[in-house]
Amino acid sequence: MGVRMQGGASSDSRGYYRRMQAAVEELLILKGVVTAAEVDRQIEAMESRGFERGARMVARAWVDPAYKGRMLADGSAAAEELGLAVGPLRLIVVENTPEVHNVIVCTLCSCYPRMLLGIPPEWYKSRAYRSRVVREPRAVLAEFGMDLPAGVKIRVHDSTADMRYLVLPMRPAGTDGWSEERLAGLVTRDALIGVARVGEVVQAPPAR
Amino acid sequence: MTRSAEAAVPRFRPGDRVRVRAAHPPGHVRTPYYCRGRVGVIERLCGAFPNPEELAYNRSGVPAQPLYRVRFRAIELWPDYREDPDDLVEIEIYQHWLEAAEPA
Repeated sequence: MGVRMQGGASSDSRGYYRRMQAAVEELLILKGVVTAAEVDRQIEAMESRGFERGARMVARAWVDPAYKGRMLADGSAAAEELGLAVGPLRLIVVENTPEVHNVIVCTLCSCYPRMLLGIPPEWYKSRAYRSRVVREPRAVLAEFGMDLPAGVKIRVHDSTADMRYLVLPMRPAGTDGWSEERLAGLVTRDALIGVARVGEVVQAPPAR
Repeated sequence: MTRSAEAAVPRFRPGDRVRVRAAHPPGHVRTPYYCRGRVGVIERLCGAFPNPEELAYNRSGVPAQPLYRVRFRAIELWPDYREDPDDLVEIEIYQHWLEAAEPA
């Protein structure tokens, strides 16, 4: 059976919701609405998806300005163009520049481009992140180890309805001539959410 | 984006100043409290989507409501905002929550 009974103190709300989730899941299976195998398959699909698809889109945008333009105009179409089936995802890509830094949140719940990036990190779903990043974004970013240079303005995107968001980080210096695959390897999930930058590549000293 | 005849006509265009209604209806609402009563600018029309306030109760949600991204200055949302006065917060808001605002 695919029922997962989670542990947890009987008096804490998280334990309560886990018990409710398990009860609803068991009932749906008993009534034949879904099968345990279907539930397991969906969970495996979600858990196996990492952020590589998002990183591929960023790498392509870095090397191909025309693709970047299309991606900023219609994120979902740009994903499909690379063969990334995103289904009903309505994607908006927001571009970081030397003047503007973007950061994504869903203050209401945990809306996230799951079809592209997989499951969101626990901190993204936390009340602390959701309530603070719209109110004091630089303080929150500093806690992620990110200090924005003076003069850079912040745009916080609250994913309250049907759109989902991806940050296009700035291409780091020191990557001229790199292949798309190599560039994609630099991109982190946190940079796609906006709580990190893609690190500058330090040049190796020239051989003597 | 729905192309059925059952979609409300968009009333706003990018650049329009709008105020979020300071309403507090019961039930499922996806307009955050922190922007209610505040003035922002339409950044784009995202399309028309079934009303989530109806979908939450197993109703059809049509006519679909135009959904906009509305750009707010952080200092407009938070009177004691301590960071850069040019910082922005952009929020997706359904048309039935918006009314035209006076010019700046």
